[in-house]
Amino acid sequence: MSSYEYRHYPYVRPAELDQPGARRPVVIVGAGIAGPTLALALATRGVPVLILDDDDTVSLGSRSICQAKHSLETWDRFGIAARMVEKGITWEQGEVYLRDSAIYRFNLQPEPGHKFPAFVNLQQYYVEEYLYERCRAEALIEMRHRNEVVGVAARDDGVSLAVETPDGSYTLEADWLVACDGVRSPIRHLLGLPYPGEIFHDRFLIADVRLTGDLPKERRFWFYPPFHPTNSVLLHRQADDILRVDFQLGRDADPDEEKKPANIDRRLREMFGPEARWEHEWSSVYTFTCRMMERFVHGRTIFAGDAAHVVSPFGARGGNAAVADADNLAWKLARVVKGQSPATLLDSYCEERRAASRENIHQSTRSTDFITPRFEASRIFRDATLSLARDFPFARSLINSGRLSVPTTHAGSRLDTPDIDDDWSGGPAPGQAMVDGPLRSGWLVEQDGPDFTLLSFGDAAGIPAAVTVLRVGCGGLLAARYDARPGTTYLIRPDRYVAARWRRCDPPAVQAALARATGR
Amino acid sequence: MEGALRRTLNLVKPDDVYNAIVDAHKGLSEEECRAFDARLILLLVNHIGEEAVIYEALKEAAP
Repeated sequence: MSSYEYRHYPYVRPAELDQPGARRPVVIVGAGIAGPTLALALATRGVPVLILDDDDTVSLGSRSICQAKHSLETWDRFGIAARMVEKGITWEQGEVYLRDSAIYRFNLQPEPGHKFPAFVNLQQYYVEEYLYERCRAEALIEMRHRNEVVGVAARDDGVSLAVETPDGSYTLEADWLVACDGVRSPIRHLLGLPYPGEIFHDRFLIADVRLTGDLPKERRFWFYPPFHPTNSVLLHRQADDILRVDFQLGRDADPDEEKKPANIDRRLREMFGPEARWEHEWSSVYTFTCRMMERFVHGRTIFAGDAAHVVSPFGARGGNAAVADADNLAWKLARVVKGQSPATLLDSYCEERRAASRENIHQSTRSTDFITPRFEASRIFRDATLSLARDFPFARSLINSGRLSVPTTHAGSRLDTPDIDDDWSGGPAPGQAMVDGPLRSGWLVEQDGPDFTLLSFGDAAGIPAAVTVLRVGCGGLLAARYDARPGTTYLIRPDRYVAARWRRCDPPAVQAALARATGR
Repeated sequence: MEGALRRTLNLVKPDDVYNAIVDAHKGLSEEECRAFDARLILLLVNHIGEEAVIYEALKEAAP
């Protein structure tokens, strides 16, 4: 059925089956998006990582397909983003239809001057394949497939894991355990930790099909289309001429009936017309939940990705949030492992990423409430908005078919140094994400450091050697994006968030901000 | 507490406006009335624009 050829990554008999092995600084459980991204980000900082996965292949099904700019910028550090852009479908435009006509078109990145586009659509199995390949080439990363964690014992100074393999079980000692093991997280269950949240009851059908002919590149969203008049439909293009069609089925749909190929074909026939030809790739009938753990750090066990938080799919906030988790956690955990920062630095991971999850859940719940109104008055206002949208531009802005993932802001984080100058009229404030732009013959995202970066629109001097200093002139697009004047200075964290900024560079102030941002 | 929302008359011919609103609903079904009111609210809310006024009106109008 699938045109993607699933590679099976070899299981290798672990040495620990025969004799106790060395204690590991970091063990990651789960090889989805979060785990391998985190492993690569740790390895580039010199931390050895062991990844355990109960499976031996990549994501079954296309699942998380919209890879956001910020994720691509992260993956670019490992040299795999260009491949993703090349293989995937770049899109920046979206169209919203009401019944049979287009009422609204939006552009997610209306301004040029960024290395990466707003979104690239690429099936999760390709993303994981590229991540796995890169992990397997990395000397500091060991990936163990078909190694299932069946027991966890948490201690003050580490974690013991019971691991089951096709050849029997062994135990493993780790200083730090990161659970990236998905929404049903076995680690979370083994530790008996709750996963509070909200369940949504509307059913949706995803049908991935390979269609021949001209395929639209933009995202299309229909309310009440003629081919599915009672509900909404979302259409997205993926690599390999595959379309994802996402039908809203309502609360009363029978998942077993809807899964039948003949019923899927009937829906697709109504949508694409009598001439269309397609092959099925993958399909899934799903409902969704929004959940978030109360804490992401439990002693020496840390949760990331869907294991820690989960949202509705509207807005592409699942996979991209997993990458942002990995980005936020990697530099902090690396510093703690290397003894450069106290373990309390990890509390900021929990605070910042919980704030981000709250924002993602808030945004995705608003989209969900617009797409699947939960009570009558909500539906009436939704339909009123749609009916005004064609003639009144303001109403188009109210249509919420998914507010698409952008980096979240962690305002007031304990790591950030608040502005002392009061004359900023733009540029990313402390707690906001670094913005890319042209720099010399390339891009800012190619030249910032693996550790802290000082972006100086002047001649910064006296800065610690560990900080990458980029000196930039005041004339260009980058200066405009940073509201820069001669002397303007930004201190940027390893995960590309602004830690502090000043109108003039004062080395003691930079030192103090650096100490604060590293939890010292 | 008095806030941003005007509490005194702001219409030149209040009876005409009031009756125009009521008359516009004449003969509409319950469902049509609710859709019509929703459109009217959205149009006026955007026109008013002042968010403090909108939130205060929401609070005052609540049952």
